[in-house]
Amino acid sequence: MTDPKTLSPLDLDTPEKPFLDANELVINMGPQHPATHGVLRVILRLDGERVLGLECVIGYLHRGVEKIAENRTYTMFNPYVDRMDYVAAVSNGLGYCEAVEKLLSVEAPPRAQYIRVILTELNRMASHQLWLGTHALDIGAITPLFYTFRDREEILKIFEKYCGARLTTHAFRIGGLQYEAYDGFEKDVKNFVSFVTPKIDEYEELLTTNRIWLERTKGVGVISGKDCIALGVTGPVLRASGVKWDLRKAQPYANYKNFDFEIPTGKNGDTYDRYLVRMVEMRQSLRIIQQAVDGIPEGPIMAKVPKVVKPPVGEIYHSIEAPKGELGYFIVSDGSTQPYRLRVRPPSFVNLQALDVMCRGAMVADVVAVIGTLDIVLGEVDR
Amino acid sequence: MTATQPKPAAASAIPATPKPAAPAAAGNPAPPKQAGPVPTAWDSPLVAKLKGEYGSGIEPLTHLGQNYMVVDRSLIPEILQILRNDEQFDYCVDITAAHYPKREKQFDLIWVLYSFARNERIRVKIQIADGDTVPSSVPIWPAANWLEREVFDMFGIKFDGHPDMKRILLPDGWKGHPLRKDYGILQQDNEWVQINLGIESGQ
Repeated sequence: MTDPKTLSPLDLDTPEKPFLDANELVINMGPQHPATHGVLRVILRLDGERVLGLECVIGYLHRGVEKIAENRTYTMFNPYVDRMDYVAAVSNGLGYCEAVEKLLSVEAPPRAQYIRVILTELNRMASHQLWLGTHALDIGAITPLFYTFRDREEILKIFEKYCGARLTTHAFRIGGLQYEAYDGFEKDVKNFVSFVTPKIDEYEELLTTNRIWLERTKGVGVISGKDCIALGVTGPVLRASGVKWDLRKAQPYANYKNFDFEIPTGKNGDTYDRYLVRMVEMRQSLRIIQQAVDGIPEGPIMAKVPKVVKPPVGEIYHSIEAPKGELGYFIVSDGSTQPYRLRVRPPSFVNLQALDVMCRGAMVADVVAVIGTLDIVLGEVDR
Repeated sequence: MTATQPKPAAASAIPATPKPAAPAAAGNPAPPKQAGPVPTAWDSPLVAKLKGEYGSGIEPLTHLGQNYMVVDRSLIPEILQILRNDEQFDYCVDITAAHYPKREKQFDLIWVLYSFARNERIRVKIQIADGDTVPSSVPIWPAANWLEREVFDMFGIKFDGHPDMKRILLPDGWKGHPLRKDYGILQQDNEWVQINLGIESGQ
């Protein structure tokens, strides 16, 4: 069990002594539990209904992705990254392809960059929609799930038309794209933007001022910006705690610097603020998609990359703003066709560390809300 | 493209010669790409300050536009503390390792750090031998907790003073550390199927 003292640099305002009596109850949640979105086991230490502390047991989905990478060529490993955060496969692919491109010192041509941004932002949207539906479902609101899945379907249809796959898309290649945008791609994307913009208002109508939603999310799972930074938490969780930091702005990759968008932040760092931040992020994603689809240049979609990808000896760390936070790839090349070492810095894994801090002093039912609001994907936690 | 060129010459020569020539021709375009950029010295006020304090214990380099420093093992955790407290590298992005079995000091241990105030990313790298322990950086960045556990799980590098030094992704009873280069995947797999399924090999 994690001793509260070991987290001393944090602002822990949870009581050291039990609230009611000394009867500590240890219960087990998961690994098979509908609210853990996968196989996450949480050992809860309770005093009545209050959480004194918890420990996560992970690794049930461990597939050894980093070891697999050492035994595959750079090109062969590309589809594997889709299987980590499988609800945001396009983002994973973007991070990986850009990291290898940096090692090779090549850059994807502008047309490829634009299509990449469109698909990645569509995927961010899909990831947030899936998060919203399941998170609301966990807390007891069933309707948002149907709304968000109905609209997410339109994104998956665009993916399917573009590359033939809906979930694990393998949309990008090292150096650019394999597929040219299909006929009517721009039209489909524009139609989607105008279709989904009023739908986000619908989600908000269901939840933003809903009294039950407010009761279940306001003041739940509060974490300060300072604690987020200390625990390495990134993404919407960090922004909801008031830290205005997004890699798309801080260290722009792809061609995000060409687009006009805002980074939403919250004030209280609670579950409700994280909800609001993600809602604004969806709208901002649409803004980026709109600008990108209006400005797709003509030209090649693939940079000059040798058929056999053989990066020179070196090391690279490249990270992108995935829907869940900072997704980084650290690749060591020994000059051969296979990565000597490939490390994935998964946002879900690092963010999940904060669960303990966020749940202390909360009720058991809030643990479900906090797991949902962290937006973890166990495929990425365990890799 | 290369196949058409040797043909007139090869017609008079021995037919076997174009064959070894072909891989050589295919290999020809590779060397200039393979040479690639090499790490160069990295100079900045931060580096100058640290150099002044620790001298030859630090080798600051820059490669592909990214800065990192190779640091002497004995300077850990002092240098990490300085980076965190004085230089505002308040976000520990990642801790990871790489295994080089042929080297005397078999492991590279790497910290990826980021500073919100400076919007700057650096890497700190040390080399350690098998069996060496490293002071834990959990007191500096609580984020290091799970990251160090993963390094231990995958490489068997132990961190002194870590609050909970145990495996994280693999089960507690697991044998070996998979990301070491000498870890036998097939051996592990065969052993498992022999015990659990009663068959010789799972392949």
